[in-house]
Amino acid sequence: MTATSYVTTGKAGNLGDPAGRRRFDWGQPFVYLIALVVAALAIGPVLYVIIGGFRTTADINANPGGFPAPWVFDNYAQVLTTPRFWGNVLASIILAAGTTLGVVILGIMAAYPIARYSFKGREAMYTIFTAGLMFPLTVAALPLTLLLRTLNLHGTYLGVIIPSIAFALPTTIIILVPFLRAIPDELEEAASIDGTTRIGFFWRILLPLSMPGLVTVGVLAFVGSWNGYLLPLLVISTGTLPQDFWPLPLGVTQFSTQYSQNTGAVLAYTSLAMIPALVFFLAAEKRIVGGLQGAVKG
Amino acid sequence: MILPVILAAVYSFYNLPAAFKWENLADPERFVGFDNYIRAFQTPEFIKAIGNNFIILVLSLVIQGPIAIGVALLLNRPMRGRAVIRLLIFVPYVLAEVIAGLSWKLLLQPTGGVNALLEAIGLGALKQNWLADPNIALWTLFAILTWKYVGFAIILMLAGLQGVPEELAEAAQIDGATWWQTQRYITIPLLAPTIRIWAFLSMIGALQLFDMVWVTVAPTVRQMSTETMATYMVQQGQFAGQPGYGSAIAVILFFISLVVALLYQRFALRRDLQGAITRGVR
Repeated sequence: MTATSYVTTGKAGNLGDPAGRRRFDWGQPFVYLIALVVAALAIGPVLYVIIGGFRTTADINANPGGFPAPWVFDNYAQVLTTPRFWGNVLASIILAAGTTLGVVILGIMAAYPIARYSFKGREAMYTIFTAGLMFPLTVAALPLTLLLRTLNLHGTYLGVIIPSIAFALPTTIIILVPFLRAIPDELEEAASIDGTTRIGFFWRILLPLSMPGLVTVGVLAFVGSWNGYLLPLLVISTGTLPQDFWPLPLGVTQFSTQYSQNTGAVLAYTSLAMIPALVFFLAAEKRIVGGLQGAVKG
Repeated sequence: MILPVILAAVYSFYNLPAAFKWENLADPERFVGFDNYIRAFQTPEFIKAIGNNFIILVLSLVIQGPIAIGVALLLNRPMRGRAVIRLLIFVPYVLAEVIAGLSWKLLLQPTGGVNALLEAIGLGALKQNWLADPNIALWTLFAILTWKYVGFAIILMLAGLQGVPEELAEAAQIDGATWWQTQRYITIPLLAPTIRIWAFLSMIGALQLFDMVWVTVAPTVRQMSTETMATYMVQQGQFAGQPGYGSAIAVILFFISLVVALLYQRFALRRDLQGAITRGVR
């Protein structure tokens, strides 16, 4: 649809169609202006933080709004050579990877029977999973922490990973079930005629076909876990784990409180902490947006 | 998932020590019935926190919604560099709330970038202590939240606009409708389902708000003017060492969210029916 309309308007403009040109004359620059303003507002603060990391603290204090003069790389170099930053990154990777793996494996295991088998209580199971959306993490976090103390998981990575998986599952199942349902029954029939078992069908046909869906839920779980703060705050910050091994969001807040006088270093630490999310987002942008659309439509 | 909420309900009837032990629940001395709930509703901080949550909820709906719809309608036309602009608009949403919050905290310090910018463009008189002044802290917080989440709303609306058939708008234009009329009577009504879903997500988000407040308004200057139910819950339940009381707050937060969600569903459902009838009449 977008492509068609593009062609139409483009042609109208090229041919000098009066109506088309009139719209171009006042509308287009205005729209560009708005778009640029919105984009600048969105990205400006991020750029300030990143560029600020290239300045010395004395320079920032003297002139908070200026550009780096000269550009110094010390802050970034310092952060990148501390084991603390890498410890934070490693912790975040462990948490996010563990959560993603758990969500994808458990998600497809739960979604597969709900989507493709008819059995008693199937609807009820689906309803329970969707009802999970009604129980936000914020509400559950505190009692969960108390429960984790009883289970001796308080202060451990596992204590963050297991609840993260549990709270990512409802969205996962809501996205995956329609996805798996859309795979035609004929494929399954054909496969069974060719002598494949149900398990074989799952491994050889369903799994490869549902890869796009799995990637979407995986990306969502990864981003959610990577950005998560409340659960690590409750479970890890009060535990015995040294702060060198706290996940990134926790580590950054801790660093900024500890070195609040050294603005340059804090800006550098914060911008370096942004980078993984930004890179990951650029790589998976289509998936994230697609996942949102899917979640909304589903 | 449901278990923690049930547990919260159980814990909320007890006066639990900071070093929680499962055995504490067996101690009849610790059972306090509804005392935690009564205490919550008699605490001005908590009442204020509920108020703050609802202020943010309403502001989100009446300010972020129109901004998002407006920008999405404008950006929905074919233009060069649209993909790049979309990407840039989406950046704040992708950053962790904590990292975005910290960045803003640095920018909004009395000696930070925002005040410097105001000075530079000759508006030095508008300089503020943005996050520490109780009169404006909530507004500042809301501005940051808008920055963070309006991109998400815009992308959501743009996605919704993909489902609005272009032919209808074209037909209206042939019939002589202006751009605004086309948007008002055709595009926006057809976008309504997306708007309703966004509003729902936004409301729930406003009620559960935690990270941004916790990070930007540092514990040292934490204050009633920006306290939310969630920050109050964590403060009391974890850091002030009163898990039982904190659990009671969690239960209240849950019920408020639930009531809002249910009311909204009824309200939105009725809106849908009304829309259907009006469309039928036309």
